[in-house]
Amino acid sequence: MPQIPESHQKVRFYQTGTLTVGNRLLDAEHRSVQGTMDRSNSLDSGHRACQGCGEALGARFAIDAAMRATNNQLIAANATGCLEVFTTPYPETAWSIPWIHSLFGNAAAVGAGIAAALKAKGREDVRVIAQGGDGGTTDIGFGCLSGMFDRNDDVLYICYNNEAYMNTGVQRSSATPGGARTATTMPVGKDPGNAFNTGKSVPLIAMAHLIPYVATASVHDLHDLEHKVTKAMGIHGARYIELFVPCPLGWGSKPSDTVKISRLAVECGLYPLIEAEHGELTGVTKIRRQVPVGEYLKLQRRFAHVLKPANAHQLEQLQAIANRNIKKFSLIDEQGGQE
Amino acid sequence: MLKQVEGSHAVAEAVALCRPEVISAYPITPQTHIVEDLGTMVKAGAIKNCEFLLVESEFGALSACIGSSAAGARSYTATSSQGMLFMMEAVYNASGMGLPIVMTVGNRAIGAPINIWNDWGDSMSARDAGWIQLFVESNQQAVDVHIQAFRLAEQLSLPVMVCMDGFILTHSFSQVDIPDQKQVDAFLPTFEPRQLLDPAAPLSMGAMVGPEAFTEVRYLAHHKQMEALQLIPEQAAEFEKIFARDSGGVVKTFDCEGAETVVVTMGSVIGTMKQVLSEMRDDGISIGALTVRSFRPFPKEALRAILKDAKRVIVFEKCLAVGMGGILAMNLRMALNDFPIRVHSAIGGLGGRPITRANLRRMFEKGIRDEMEEPHFHDIHMNVVERELEREHAQRRSGSIAENILQDVGVVAAAKTI
Amino acid sequence: MKTPFAITLDAGSSLLNKTGSWRTERPVYLDRLPPCNHACPAGENIQQWLYLTEEGRYAEAWRQIMDDNPFPAVMGRVCYHPCEVSCNRGQLDEAVGINAVERFLGDQALINEWQMEAGAPTGKRVMVVGAGPGGLAAAYHLRRMGHEVTVYDASPQAGGMVRYGIPKYRMPREKLRAEVARIEQMGADLQLNTRIDDVIAARDEGKFDAVFLSIGAQLPKRVDIKVNGELPVLDAAIVLRNTELEEPTGLRGQVVVYGGGNTAIDVARSAVRLGAKSATVVVFEAREHMPAHEFEVKEAREEGVELICLRAIREVNGNQVTLEKLVPSEGRWPQPTGQFETITADVVVQALGQNVQTDLVDTISGIKVAEGAVQVGTDMQTGCPGVFAGGDMIPSERTVTTSIGHGKKAARNIDAYLRGITYDAAEQHELVTFDMLNTWYYSDAPRTVRPMLSVMRRQSGFAEIVGNIDQDNATFEARRCMSCGNCFECDNCYGVCPDNAVNKLGPGMRFKFKYDYCKGCGLCVSECPCGAIKMTPEEI
Repeated sequence: MPQIPESHQKVRFYQTGTLTVGNRLLDAEHRSVQGTMDRSNSLDSGHRACQGCGEALGARFAIDAAMRATNNQLIAANATGCLEVFTTPYPETAWSIPWIHSLFGNAAAVGAGIAAALKAKGREDVRVIAQGGDGGTTDIGFGCLSGMFDRNDDVLYICYNNEAYMNTGVQRSSATPGGARTATTMPVGKDPGNAFNTGKSVPLIAMAHLIPYVATASVHDLHDLEHKVTKAMGIHGARYIELFVPCPLGWGSKPSDTVKISRLAVECGLYPLIEAEHGELTGVTKIRRQVPVGEYLKLQRRFAHVLKPANAHQLEQLQAIANRNIKKFSLIDEQGGQE
Repeated sequence: MLKQVEGSHAVAEAVALCRPEVISAYPITPQTHIVEDLGTMVKAGAIKNCEFLLVESEFGALSACIGSSAAGARSYTATSSQGMLFMMEAVYNASGMGLPIVMTVGNRAIGAPINIWNDWGDSMSARDAGWIQLFVESNQQAVDVHIQAFRLAEQLSLPVMVCMDGFILTHSFSQVDIPDQKQVDAFLPTFEPRQLLDPAAPLSMGAMVGPEAFTEVRYLAHHKQMEALQLIPEQAAEFEKIFARDSGGVVKTFDCEGAETVVVTMGSVIGTMKQVLSEMRDDGISIGALTVRSFRPFPKEALRAILKDAKRVIVFEKCLAVGMGGILAMNLRMALNDFPIRVHSAIGGLGGRPITRANLRRMFEKGIRDEMEEPHFHDIHMNVVERELEREHAQRRSGSIAENILQDVGVVAAAKTI
Repeated sequence: MKTPFAITLDAGSSLLNKTGSWRTERPVYLDRLPPCNHACPAGENIQQWLYLTEEGRYAEAWRQIMDDNPFPAVMGRVCYHPCEVSCNRGQLDEAVGINAVERFLGDQALINEWQMEAGAPTGKRVMVVGAGPGGLAAAYHLRRMGHEVTVYDASPQAGGMVRYGIPKYRMPREKLRAEVARIEQMGADLQLNTRIDDVIAARDEGKFDAVFLSIGAQLPKRVDIKVNGELPVLDAAIVLRNTELEEPTGLRGQVVVYGGGNTAIDVARSAVRLGAKSATVVVFEAREHMPAHEFEVKEAREEGVELICLRAIREVNGNQVTLEKLVPSEGRWPQPTGQFETITADVVVQALGQNVQTDLVDTISGIKVAEGAVQVGTDMQTGCPGVFAGGDMIPSERTVTTSIGHGKKAARNIDAYLRGITYDAAEQHELVTFDMLNTWYYSDAPRTVRPMLSVMRRQSGFAEIVGNIDQDNATFEARRCMSCGNCFECDNCYGVCPDNAVNKLGPGMRFKFKYDYCKGCGLCVSECPCGAIKMTPEEI
């Protein structure tokens, strides 16, 4: 009689594993927040984000998870940017949580101030999130962010990374990848698009601050994302999560491809999903089905020139970056096994 | 309790008595001593239930206060000079959102050239930012006005700057009556925010407002400041009842009644002026003075009432709207525009230049003779200016203006002539 | 608390902004036809009973099968499961082991003695001729509809080809007996050992209101082989029938079977079990074009059955069988080469298929027989009003499952006929294809392998060779179903909507779009694992 693999002897898999938002076969406590009927919808309908907005999606994912983790005792500070503009144009707000927008570059400091106020008032049960786009985080808000890390303020900072200044019309930020077209890095000249060997990794910089928790997550992997937000809310002190949120408008992609693009970014190795505690890498989300970077790039007009034969060197550079990530973070198991 | 203390320390004690809940601090001269002292008090447990945030910049300092104030905490910070400029975006933001933060400005010149000494350039750079700006004359008044500032700010939901001359007040030791906690508690109720970040009653603060409502929002901000013109004297009166001192109000007069000439100024310089004016009155000259204590809101009606019978006004101020002239003078002229009063504008004390009784009297006399240039630069060394202008005329690369001037006035040795 | 004008806003106020007006296309939920259901000749709603099995609701799952097919335990063994062939999961990793789960459920029913109820009596009487899978299926469905049914069969046992054509090692008899008994318990009257020679007379005598004929195809097809000598040349159907009746089969010594289908393999494998020295199957087609199912060929070879492909038997001399070598051609059939070889045999069995015995229907006026099969309309009715026919005797794929499907279809049409109405089958949904799925969401889960009896034991008896999967494995296997084309409430649409424009209605209630807010981005369609949402243009 052929050996039945051990994995089959117990009912371990479900119809869709833990990859779909919900799973009717899972125990209630193992279900995602997004799959529950009573999720908080912290970011509710009627907001003015573009169709298929990754940031709107990521924000609801993250904040709803944080709401559950804090028993709905949550306050958010928001940097200027798309997320702020599309949620709170007078006379309507799409937020159902206490929320404040102050400036482009100060969300981390405003969050620190809120946390300080709550501490002074003995309301440490109420938790604070500061959030912004990549421009508000990696560039203009970087000083305040670093200060928040440095002081270990009790704030979770969430960066919704869509790799450019989208709100102002798609200009390059320090999170824009090499080769990408933006309004300030047009695909013209000898090296079209954004210059390679520029930019910075704020997750790695955050790790260098030795803060209690740093993670990256993506809107395509809700369970991973919710796990990380929940974990972050279980920790006090400064925490940083960067969410990868495709922008159909800025990237020139189909609104219906937002989740797919996010998935491919991770699966090709360009966007590693990691976790770190006190400066030490503690976890990586393995690549499930590796794809060449071209599969990811071809869905986005911002990379259209990269896929032309004349710019093959750019494609190679991007693949090399992906390969480096895969190696650096061990994104693929040597044994070829999967979770 | 009477104490012989440094101005900064007195202010720190006053702020401590106001039971602040969040203080953010970033070092910049000359306000630094205030937050140093507050930091020590928080760390030592002398201020209870208070968080002291060591921020990474003035922008972070005020931003943290925006957050803490929105979360319902009585919030305080202090700054000076470049610090004010560095936080300027947050300055406008705090008032726009109606957050009752109190901020001490240890008034200092702004660069370049970098200069650590007193003038009002920093506060004036924020004069249109929507904050209430109260200028104080003495360290006693600094103490008293800080206590009133919290109540005013919280009652109106507007931030308040208490502007005190750097070094002249912040670093000078004088006898100050520090109130006791009971008195302050009697005057200053606990902070009841008009809006609050509260999970029990969520709301969104800091919305984007377009053309359809922006004018109204701005009008309401202006309207609120107009309300403050009523509120400030009322509070000053209440303060006087509890503390037995006149320490507030929008304007303070000194022998103005019937005076042909009235000197209008702000801040600590009135101390020196009072002596000069007293001597002049002794000499039979009809001259009085007033200080504008509330620069924002600008007490137009109060000033008109005081100055309606004066023949002329000499405005003396430690700030300059470059390309225009005196800022306080401009504001006053607007207040008096239908009065037949001569308004002379004198600008002096810039970057900490000493103001002496002798040069003040010369200046006032020139004003009384109606011989003042417009604007008049008090105690300016025109020979230095002229030499520099000649140099610039002669050659394009005439060198650093500041260094040239310092050489001319003999501060830097003429080493280059070797 | 009166908050500052304009710059401070009350929570949730964006609901006033109906972003649905941005939309040019709208997502709509739909049910598509899964390929398994589509391929099932018995018309089983496979996906639905897998769904119930996933949750351990075995009795409900079984009843779902029973809506279409009264023989889960039988079909879980003998069905050639076209459902698995068409299963979309086959394009991802491996097809869902539907057949194994069906067998599991069928056996659960037998263990737990689950029963089905007959319908309220209608007073109508139906005669069924043939107690094979088609006839019994018709009888079962007609009983559920409340009609009285009598089933006639000439054989001593019910089951038709399931009993007399499929060896025990594939189809244990007690399972068949139990599933037939269940139909009898529902009130179907089985008259065995009763040959009907004149259908109309029997109908009139029994006062039947309608007739269903399902007598199968029992005449062996033969090719003329020139036999010089005494070597027996037998027919497969007869050999298998005798095996079942435990009568002498003539299978002994070196057995040569001629044919490439499942029946040929069945005969060869039976020969092995009956102690033949060798069993060799001479196949006309090339190995890869053999009509027999691959798994059966594989199992047969494990048991020692030999295959000689691309050969035609030309003649028999004594115990020497002459084979002509063939070569594959571009046409349908291999071509002769004129090269010959011989093999030794003690018996030759022809397994080349069966024809319909038409003498029964020849007596009924109006029935049309063409190309050896009884012609019926889409309502399964023959040219003679009130006489319906199905199974191997009508033109169709001759499988047990097809016959069962005929039985169901005939029962529905007979029911309509008895009520004086026309049966209209529900319109079929659009078929869901692999490209409509988003398979990312399905866990990597290779299929459960059913345990197999060891080769030694398979060679020495007729014990069932394919074992049961256990409960865990059945559940596991069911959970591998991707629910193609039909919402299984994975919450993806509800989750991935950036506009929170999907209402979750609760378990079993699925979802509803909030068109007031849906901007028509299509993310729900892209991320629906099973292709149960589509975009349709907004009417302007």
